Amino acid sequence: MSPLLVVENLRVAYPARAGGIIEAVRGVGFTLRRERLGIVCESGSGQSQTGRAVMGLTAPQARVTADRLAFAGIDLARAPPRQRRALRGGRIAMILQDPKYSLDPVMTIGRQIVETLRTHQPVSRAAARRRALDMLAAVQIDDPERVFGLYPHEVSGGMGQRAMIAMMLVAGPELLIADEPTSALDVTVQLEVLNMRERGMGLIFISHDLRLVSSFCDRVLVMYAGRVVEEIASGDLTHARHPYTRGLLECLPRIGDDRHPLPVLDRRPEWAA
Amino acid sequence: MSALPAAPRQGRRAWLLSNSPASRLQARLGRAYMVWLRFSANGLAVAGLAIILLLVLVAIFAGLLAPHSPTLGDLAGARLLPPGTPGYLLGTDDQGRDILSRLIYGSRLTLFVVVLVAVIAAPVGLLVGTVAGYAGGWLDAVLMRITDIFLAFPKLVLALAFAAALGPGIENAVIAIAITSWPPYARIARAETLTVRNSDYIAAVRLVGASPWRIVLRHVMPMCLSSLIVRVTLDMAGIILTAAGLGFLGLGAQPPTPEWGAMIASGRRFILDQWWVATMPGIAIFVVSLGFNLLGDGLRDALDPKEGAQ
Amino acid sequence: MTDALRVDRLGVAFDHFHALRDVSIRVARGESFGLVGESGSGKSTLLRAVVGLAPITSGSIAVDGEVRAGQRRSRAFFRKVQMVFQDPYGSLHPRQTVDRLLLEPLAVHGIDGAEARIRRALDEVGLGPSFRFRYPHQMSGGQRQRVAIARALILEPEILLLDEPTSALDASVQAEVLNLLEQVRRDRGLTFVMVSHDLGVVTHMCERLVTMRHGRVVEMLTAAALATGAVSNAYTQELLRASKGFVRAG
Repeated sequence: MSPLLVVENLRVAYPARAGGIIEAVRGVGFTLRRERLGIVCESGSGQSQTGRAVMGLTAPQARVTADRLAFAGIDLARAPPRQRRALRGGRIAMILQDPKYSLDPVMTIGRQIVETLRTHQPVSRAAARRRALDMLAAVQIDDPERVFGLYPHEVSGGMGQRAMIAMMLVAGPELLIADEPTSALDVTVQLEVLNMRERGMGLIFISHDLRLVSSFCDRVLVMYAGRVVEEIASGDLTHARHPYTRGLLECLPRIGDDRHPLPVLDRRPEWAA
Repeated sequence: MSALPAAPRQGRRAWLLSNSPASRLQARLGRAYMVWLRFSANGLAVAGLAIILLLVLVAIFAGLLAPHSPTLGDLAGARLLPPGTPGYLLGTDDQGRDILSRLIYGSRLTLFVVVLVAVIAAPVGLLVGTVAGYAGGWLDAVLMRITDIFLAFPKLVLALAFAAALGPGIENAVIAIAITSWPPYARIARAETLTVRNSDYIAAVRLVGASPWRIVLRHVMPMCLSSLIVRVTLDMAGIILTAAGLGFLGLGAQPPTPEWGAMIASGRRFILDQWWVATMPGIAIFVVSLGFNLLGDGLRDALDPKEGAQ
Repeated sequence: MTDALRVDRLGVAFDHFHALRDVSIRVARGESFGLVGESGSGKSTLLRAVVGLAPITSGSIAVDGEVRAGQRRSRAFFRKVQMVFQDPYGSLHPRQTVDRLLLEPLAVHGIDGAEARIRRALDEVGLGPSFRFRYPHQMSGGQRQRVAIARALILEPEILLLDEPTSALDASVQAEVLNLLEQVRRDRGLTFVMVSHDLGVVTHMCERLVTMRHGRVVEMLTAAALATGAVSNAYTQELLRASKGFVRAG
């Protein structure tokens, strides 16, 4: 089966305020099939920029280059803006960090979901409403009819996040990018419930929580200083080779362990080379 | 992330932009410098600042710049001369007074009005708004209803009423305008306060045992300042126009003070044949208002609280 | 010896939403106590209720034997009890330098020797003098959290409430902050009440814990029991299972 997403030598650079250039992403490459890929790294490693580059949502002053950036055969780097817009929300969806910023505050939740759906698929308003309600029920919202008519500020944070997931998934995208969701645990619970594997979706889950990502995803990419330093199957994590990955694993407190104090990551400058 | 080496131009710039300041002063100056960098990146904003600085300089050095007296005119020989007449760059009015000199001295009045109104109205609005927003409950309701009462009147009409009650004169005009200007600031301050009130850092200060007054004055108000500064600057154009309106109606500055609005009023009669008498002060008002608008807009971008974000 | 913290049948409600129902816990002096649960379980609300940030509708809270009902807390209370918040990006005033942040508690309580205390506080949390005049946006998440800890400790409290102090931090930074918290607790003999959704963190830091769900206490157990899996309640077992990191579900 052909890969869903191919990224080769992706680079994202920003002008720095004090002059000069900051390279947030320095040559990242990976191939994604219909599987769950986790990208683990610390704040500032450029992981958000990777996700945004795929979506075409990097800031205007950023410079994005790649040898290849292809989604389902479509060359994203050379695609016209209209085509990229059509892909966004329809075939590629993104869950952002904070649901507060992705839900439109002046529209009811139901209306936003319906609009997202109707933008990408020719469905009648009634059919769209039904699918929106189904989606809200699917993300474990108890009273979909009631929440459908509520505004984002009228629901709790957790429910807002589920509504956002519902909105992103309603058009049945093939690729979902979760960009460091606040409360990543709840998000994985929702995604698990939605059983994305059955839907044949690809997922890129970006987070700093190595344990969570490894338990949820099939493969893990570990990024450090804008580069991929390790690519490994989740089950093989205990056999990780790169010292940064091993360091990350070591410094997590484990149930039943009695290591006081916890080992701390000893950053080597050569990792950022 | 790796930063390609950027050549630091001067030691001073690096000192200001340092990420680990060594003293309170360095921290404050560094922060101010960042605001300046953002501000100066916007050409129009700098233009606005230039206009205002020019206004200030003209007001300060009016005595040196004005070629003639603003109040004594040559009735016999220099009535209603057109602009470009030698010695009278912008022409003269019906009393033989040089319009340029009147404009120059009038800048002092404009500045006087604008600064005083800002100094009176802004702190009042800030105080009312933050107290209302932080206290909530009945205090909020009472303060906001009072604000609403003032907001319900059209600004000029209310200023007119106060000016008429207080009597003509520039000081009374200033008071009248100030009384009508504070409500929007209260609204803005309250809105910001409501957002800030629920944040963790305010909760943390409450957990220190700080009194509500201390919290409002030292922790909430600083967060409202940016929006307020922007709004006040943008309002200055309106204040100038209101003062001009009052002057136009005879309730502000009294003759022979060269207040720009009053100049337009008295020049109205000659607008068809001697257009310059009314138009020159009109252009001055326009330019200064534009300057304040551009400055305010630029400040809004530069004072964005999301500092440090790329 | 009186309990450092005693919560008796506490109820907290926001409008009509019951965040806590009938919650009772006891924390002994010098103990490290954990509150575990999913988001929305009420664990953070419990901490906030103790310090007077949440409306109490029933029950009572006693700190060192002194009962508090309602939301008012005296200044003396805050010299005994302090809190570290979850979000390092939100718990520091964006317009104040570290120096100013640390000065505030001292100024409010009229404590002198501020200069020396601030320097010592920064030292204690492992931040050098170069951090003293930085603004929050000039620091990383871990550094901000250290400042938050320094602020909480500068009044020399006896009880420290920690609301998910490391969940917003990267793994490596989390280890450093947890080590710091342990050291601080040892050095000062503090009582900890720590909220977390991460069982690994809680079992590492705490001796006893309760699991919470939908505003109620589900089970109370020791960290040792949790580690060996000697858990009676089904929900706690579920949490335990969900937290086993590298064992994949299939």
